[in-house]
Amino acid sequence: MTWIRALGRRLRSWWRGSLLVRVTSTTLVLSLLVVGVLGLMLMSRIATGLIEAAERNAVSEARAGLTDAQRVSSAVEAGTASSSPARVVDTLVAALAARAGNPPQYEVLLLSGPDTEGFAPERGTNLVATASIPLDLRQNISDAGRLAWTFTEIRYLDGASVPGIAVGAPLTVPGIGSYELYYLFPLTDQVGTLDLVRSGVVAVGALLAILLALIAWIVTRQVVTPVRIAAEVAERFSHGHLTERIAVRGEDDLARLATSFNEMAGSLELQIHQLEDLSRVQQRFVADVSHELRTPLTTIRMAADLLFENRSDFDAATSRSAELLQTQLDRFESLLTDLLEISRYDAGAAVLDLDSVNLFGLIDRLVLATAPLAERCQTPLIVEYDPSLDNPMDLDATVLADPRRLDRVLRNLLDNAIEHGERQPILITIGASTHAVAITVRDHGVGLSEESRQHVFARFWRADPARARTTGGTGLGLAIALEDTRLHGGWLEVWGAPGQGANFRLTLPRDPENALTASPLPLVPEDTQRLAASSDSVGIR
Amino acid sequence: MLVVDDDLALAEMLGIVLRSEGFEPTFCSDGSLALQAFRTARPDIVLLDLMLPGVDGIDICRMIRAESGTPIVMLTARNDTVDVVVGLESGADDYIVKPFKPKELVARLRARMRRTDEPAAELLTICDLSIDVAGHSVKRGDELLSLTPLEFDLLVCLARKPWQVFSREALLQDVWGYRHAADTRLVNVHVQRLRAKIEHDPEKPEIVLTIRGVGYKAGPP
Repeated sequence: MTWIRALGRRLRSWWRGSLLVRVTSTTLVLSLLVVGVLGLMLMSRIATGLIEAAERNAVSEARAGLTDAQRVSSAVEAGTASSSPARVVDTLVAALAARAGNPPQYEVLLLSGPDTEGFAPERGTNLVATASIPLDLRQNISDAGRLAWTFTEIRYLDGASVPGIAVGAPLTVPGIGSYELYYLFPLTDQVGTLDLVRSGVVAVGALLAILLALIAWIVTRQVVTPVRIAAEVAERFSHGHLTERIAVRGEDDLARLATSFNEMAGSLELQIHQLEDLSRVQQRFVADVSHELRTPLTTIRMAADLLFENRSDFDAATSRSAELLQTQLDRFESLLTDLLEISRYDAGAAVLDLDSVNLFGLIDRLVLATAPLAERCQTPLIVEYDPSLDNPMDLDATVLADPRRLDRVLRNLLDNAIEHGERQPILITIGASTHAVAITVRDHGVGLSEESRQHVFARFWRADPARARTTGGTGLGLAIALEDTRLHGGWLEVWGAPGQGANFRLTLPRDPENALTASPLPLVPEDTQRLAASSDSVGIR
Repeated sequence: MLVVDDDLALAEMLGIVLRSEGFEPTFCSDGSLALQAFRTARPDIVLLDLMLPGVDGIDICRMIRAESGTPIVMLTARNDTVDVVVGLESGADDYIVKPFKPKELVARLRARMRRTDEPAAELLTICDLSIDVAGHSVKRGDELLSLTPLEFDLLVCLARKPWQVFSREALLQDVWGYRHAADTRLVNVHVQRLRAKIEHDPEKPEIVLTIRGVGYKAGPP
């Protein structure tokens, strides 16, 4: 049964997938229906005509025969009074049969009437059986006493039977009594004719239907082929082959379709090229700005450093100025770096430089590098492995990623946590599954409100504008982290609630080629899971 | 030492800083004259700005490398992979991204120049190579292989402990003298350059082996 279902599915998809198949098969079915109805009508007209003619012929033949029979029976009576009833009947039937010609056009049957039943001899020609006459007809004739007819099945004593018309009339044979004379006209010729006509109609109809389907196929193909070509070209176009065009032939509607498609493709190509040019110009600009700004900045930086080193030789105001110059240059530098990075993302110029990265090593180095800042902010950093694992040694935390970018993402998350952590411990958790690795950075600081969660990744956004920046962040850190994560095909999400701190979760596929489906670590920390509704987390994926 | 930079203000500032640190810099502000300046000055180290008018910094780097193993530190304004890797592949030993702090620059230069202490006579073998550490030469049979000091240091570092797998970070510390983790691309590029010189088939290395996810190790001695 499965193969039937499979066949059904194949046919359905074939039907759905091809306009040509649909039009051709619809035409075939509809023309078969129309041809069938027309054929039936034609057949019934012909049958009616044939039968009516046969019927008229039968009735008139029967009337003539009846007159003859009466004449013959009177003549027999008049000639020999001593003739036996059997003889009389024989003579009569023989005379009537002679009229039928050779081969006989009809059969004659002489049956005794209701009042002479039993003793009057009955005769028929050519072994025709009495059963050929329906009882209804006999009843009808004996009741009405005049000529009547009906369709019947003519049966022979040897078992054969043919459809035919039975015409009957009462006949009084002098000296014997009342008889019923029946004429049986076989419709063999008419049936033959009808069979011939039927097979003709079927053959012609089928041929016609097939021809119509063929015509539909040819006509549809003329329309479908250009449409298919257009679809293929559009597909190639959308795959980036921007120079693809449809060949325009003639001046019909399809040619117009092709022309307007080509025009559309042309204008799309132009716009895409313009955008590409813009992007190139932008990248070029970023590179130039980068170089042009950085060179004088380097000089300034070195000069400021020299002044800073020698600040003890200056008076108080100049010395403080040197300090300010130094710290603000640091800030300016990181801001410039972040701005250039963001503009590189906006220009679509950021590319991954993939390498196999071990998260343990990365986190170790990161914690070591962040330690001075953490110490200054009196914030303990704790690293742990996925607590749901029985044996942390099983954890395979290698991932194919861009080490510099990954380092930057985590550094930004850590800096952010230290800045907002209110000196509470910061928990860094590493988790892994078959296809993904995850790191959560959990702080127990002021936490995030609903609104803050929506904006936390926005550029230059501050949770509390009145708050001073302690770690000297640029306000672009999380925005860049999000872009870096996106480039890896990963997720960077945040959970947070006011007064309960925040939890940032970074999930990366082990291979950036594969899409993520789930994260090995929960976004909502377990210590607050009871309090936190699921709506408290904002996934920015 | 030779400083090749077209920005006069930066060059002057570099001069002030470098002199105060005990270097004796000579300057060249025109890329097309850089090679000439290199030949006459015979510096022990070159500080080269990648973006120069006239000749590209990359080309100068290549030309200097073609005739000498003198350490080259390049100055670059961009930290993009393409710029850095192209610079390193053209022969630079190390790079420093603008803007940098004077101390950082000095530390980087010193790290590339520290070969004052005369090494003890030591002979290492690794695969079919024999390394004379004191004599600074690597031989395959009787054929002398020409390595830059940095490539030589890298090979010696690996060959001294052939049983140990070195992470990129460890190599950065041992060979480049970075105290904190830095750009591992330095290691990748120089391992490629080293392989190109010493391996029979750089595509199938036998002397410097990659240990996936960990780092590099020397082949069997």
